[in-house]
Formats: sequence, C-alpha cells, structure tokens
Amino acid sequence: MIWNEPIETMSRDEMHALQSERLKDTVARVYQNVEFYRTKMQALGIEPGDIKSIDDIVKLPFTTKKDLRDNYPFGICSAPQSEFVRIHASSGTTGKPTAVPHTRKDLDMFSECSARSICCAGGTKDDTIQVSYGYGLFTGGLGLHDGATRLGAGVIPASSGNTRNQLTLMKDFNPTILACTPSYAMFLAEALADDGTKPEDIALRIGIFGAEPWSKEMKAKIEAGLGITAHDIYGLSEIMGPGVSCSCQMQNGLHVCEDHFYPEILDPDTLLPVADGIAGELTFTHLTKEAMPLLRYRTRDLSSLDHSPCDCGRTSVRMARIIGRTDDMLIIRGVNVFPSQIESVLLEVPEVSPNYVIIVDRQGVLDTIEIQVELNPEYMSDSVTEMEEIRRKIKQKLDSVLRISVILTLAEHKTIARSQGKAKRVIDKRTL
Amino acid sequence: MTIKQISVFVQNEPGRLLSFTEALTRAGVNMTALNLADVTDYGIVRVIVDDTEKAVAVLKENNYTVRVNDILCVDVTDEPGALHTILQKLAEAQLNISYMYGFSNSGKASLVFKVNDLEKASQALL
Repeated sequence: MIWNEPIETMSRDEMHALQSERLKDTVARVYQNVEFYRTKMQALGIEPGDIKSIDDIVKLPFTTKKDLRDNYPFGICSAPQSEFVRIHASSGTTGKPTAVPHTRKDLDMFSECSARSICCAGGTKDDTIQVSYGYGLFTGGLGLHDGATRLGAGVIPASSGNTRNQLTLMKDFNPTILACTPSYAMFLAEALADDGTKPEDIALRIGIFGAEPWSKEMKAKIEAGLGITAHDIYGLSEIMGPGVSCSCQMQNGLHVCEDHFYPEILDPDTLLPVADGIAGELTFTHLTKEAMPLLRYRTRDLSSLDHSPCDCGRTSVRMARIIGRTDDMLIIRGVNVFPSQIESVLLEVPEVSPNYVIIVDRQGVLDTIEIQVELNPEYMSDSVTEMEEIRRKIKQKLDSVLRISVILTLAEHKTIARSQGKAKRVIDKRTL
Repeated sequence: MTIKQISVFVQNEPGRLLSFTEALTRAGVNMTALNLADVTDYGIVRVIVDDTEKAVAVLKENNYTVRVNDILCVDVTDEPGALHTILQKLAEAQLNISYMYGFSNSGKASLVFKVNDLEKASQALL
C-alpha cells in the first residue's frame, strides 16, 4: 500500500515544481528569521531572490553539526519558542546535546513521513507494532509511535530494554511488526531462541530497523531468527527522526520523503553534487520545516541516489543504505575509499573471513593500498594455482568496487586482530 | 600407492617455518618428505609424516591452517630412466601433474605426484 499516492507517485516534473516552490519559501523564511543563515548567505553574495528553483540549491550555504552546537540551543531556529510543541535532542558525544524543536505542523509532517515509511515497509492499519526504540529525547520511539497511530495500526509502546518483558509482549500481544535498532533486533532474536520459541510461534512478519548501520549478513540473521522481512528505515534527529526514508518491498534502496527533505549527494572533497549511483556525503535541506529548517545539512553519512522509478510504483528518489561515514574515508590516488566498501566485498567471499587490515603507504609518488585478509581454513589448498585463484578473484572484486587497484595479501587464520568495533582496521603509513 | 599429505599455509616471514618444525618436533612427529612452494607473501608447505593425525592436531593447536589430501607416491629403483618410465605411463593415460617432488637414497627413490585423477594414475602405474 502507498500511504500518500499523489505525492509518492508524482511525476518528476511535478515534484521538481513542488520542491522549487517550497525551497523558495524556506529560504525566504530563514533569511528573514535566522541571523546565522542571513550572514552566511550575505557572505556568499546571495539573497532569497536568487533562488528560483530547486536547482539553485547548490548556491546555498551548508550547515554542519558544529554549526548546531555553536548556536545551541535555539540559535538556528526560525520560529519562536512559544510555537514549539516538542523539543527532541540528540546526545552529543562531546557533552552538549543538539536541540531539535518541532512546531505543531512539524510534528504533523513527522507523523506523515513516519506513516509513509511504515506503509513502505508493508505495514497497514491492521498491523500491531511493537515499538522497541527508546522513548524520550531520542526520536526513534515517539517518531514510530506517532506514525503508526496516524496509520491506524495498533501500537505497543514497549520502548527499549527489559528483554524478558519484550519477549512476553511479543508472545502474548501478537505484534506483527517490530521497530527497533538492528542490534536490538539481533539481541531479541537470540533471546527468543534461548527461550526455546521458534520464529513461527510468534506473529511478527515485518521488521523496521534503523538508527545504526548494519550489514547484509546481519539482516539475513535477523530475518531468519524472527521469521520476518527486515526493512531499513533512515532518519536523524536534526532532520526529523525515523521516516526520512524507508525501503519498500523491492528492497532496492530507501524511498526518501523528498517533498519535505531534499537530498543531495556531495563529493566529499569538492562538496559538489555527484551523479546518480556515485557514493558521497548525504546532505538534506528542509523544505517545509517550521521550527528549525536547515539548509544543506551535512549528515556525514555515505550513500548514493537513484532517481529512476521503482517497481513498487513510487516515483520518489531512493537512497542506498548507508555504506559508512565520511569520517572513515581514505583518499588513495585521488579516489575515495571507505573501509565499509571493503568489508562488504569480503562478506560476500566465503574463502576469507571478514577480518582485515588496510595498509596505506606511498611508494615514490604513488599511494598503495594493501588489504590483508585471513584465509578461511576450509578453503586451504595444497595447490598454489588454487590459492592464487582465490586471491585473484577477491582482488578483482575489490578493484571493481573501489575503482583502484589493490594489493591483496592472504594471511594465516587468526593472525588479524578480531574486531569488537574498536579494532584498528586502517594503518596509514604515508607521511605527507 | 596413495598416501596422506599435509599442506600448511605459512606466512612469508622470518621464523614462521621454524615454529612449524618446532611444533612437530615437540609432538615427536617424524617427517618423511617436505616441499615448500613459495608465493611472495606466503608459502605452502607440503609434508609427509609418520603420524598424520597427530601432526594435524598439533598444527591446528598452534593455529596453523592445514589441509590433508591423498596424493600419489611411487617407489622406484634409483637408476637412470626410472622417473621417465613413470611419466610415460601417466602421459599415456592422459593425466596431468600439477606438482611433484621426490628424493633418492641408498639405491631406492620415492616420488610424490599431484595428479588430476588419483585413481586413474594408480591404475596406470600397476
């Protein structure tokens, strides 16, 4: 089911016109109300009248997380606090949180996008959703809650934690959809197995997971463990929360609510927009937000866009599932390389384990990238030809995904440090 | 005759082969034949021992990546043309050899062949 057919199946031309109108309105508002943006635009020598269509978005200044911190709490807001009906906040690792206020209309838009996303994942008003995202300052719980309510689905506001209780709710209240972070879904799947409950003994059929990156391998495990189809939902509190985009039944990218959030993918070096299919930094511009509209907010998340129509019937642009963060990016011979790209290739190759080390060096003027991987003992061969064939196969895959030539080194089993998130994966020996 | 060969993955770094022999020594495993195929960053040690099971266990304990497979072993007399005769028979049977190693000692020679069809090779040499 498509929740908002007129918008979600709108022609590209109509969407362009709608986005253009909305951008002009947003720019006029922030120029008038927010000193931060007025100053930035004046420094760039532009004023609201220069923005004639959505294509002029490239003339606008960027907004970063630092800008939000520097103007904490409400310095970038375009509406007075008296208009705020809810204030969310994201916990900052550096101490101060980032405040994200919403007006009545903002929350209405939030629940609309959240409802669209639940529908996109296959949910209907007949479903019952166990919302196991945290409720509170974090947008996950309340965001999905409001979307499900708007859809007319039943909500079990379980919030996160208390796993025993989660399992009881899951078995007794027959929820058909589970919404939480992928790591918590994994944890619940394992707890369910320990409990001796089989996936077919519970009613769950759909999972809506987001707020952290997860691999395809993890997706498959969660799907098997809970007996569901898992969907990606994307969101960030600065822009809204869950429901900025969500994957549909085609599982080929996440449909963006682009009538409210205009996505761009920027080359991380030049900050210029890149073509469809090319990976870069995901950037959003609010088109309708009232309390705190942001222009070209740099998410630091890496994705790519696809404007082609989807087989599900939606015409909205799709973003690829997040492949990593710009903070992890390496530049090798002018090419951007992300450790997550390497990891995803290695996960597809059974001959090696996904433990790896990347060694970047420079020989003369040329950067070199060596990737050391551990051979899976099952694929050990007495034949050099066979072993070299494994190496050639993996190297070829890596070369084509990374678009540079890599040196692939096979290492002995268990000689590379195990990752528990903090393992040092990249050794950069270059002295610049 | 078909015998067991152990192949071991060894990273090409000083002392790596030494710890391999050390593990076998401590386990009291005796080596009959050894061959080292080298690629730049790693090598494959192929070894024939008196107690394959024990050797594999001790190597795995020491985190070595190992593989055991059947391989053709032929005993011939240590005289001119002995190897030539064997190769002739294998060629006539349309068999392919991917690697081999061998040694001779006190009038007798032992040759180890990796062929693409072990059974066919054993038949050809009867």
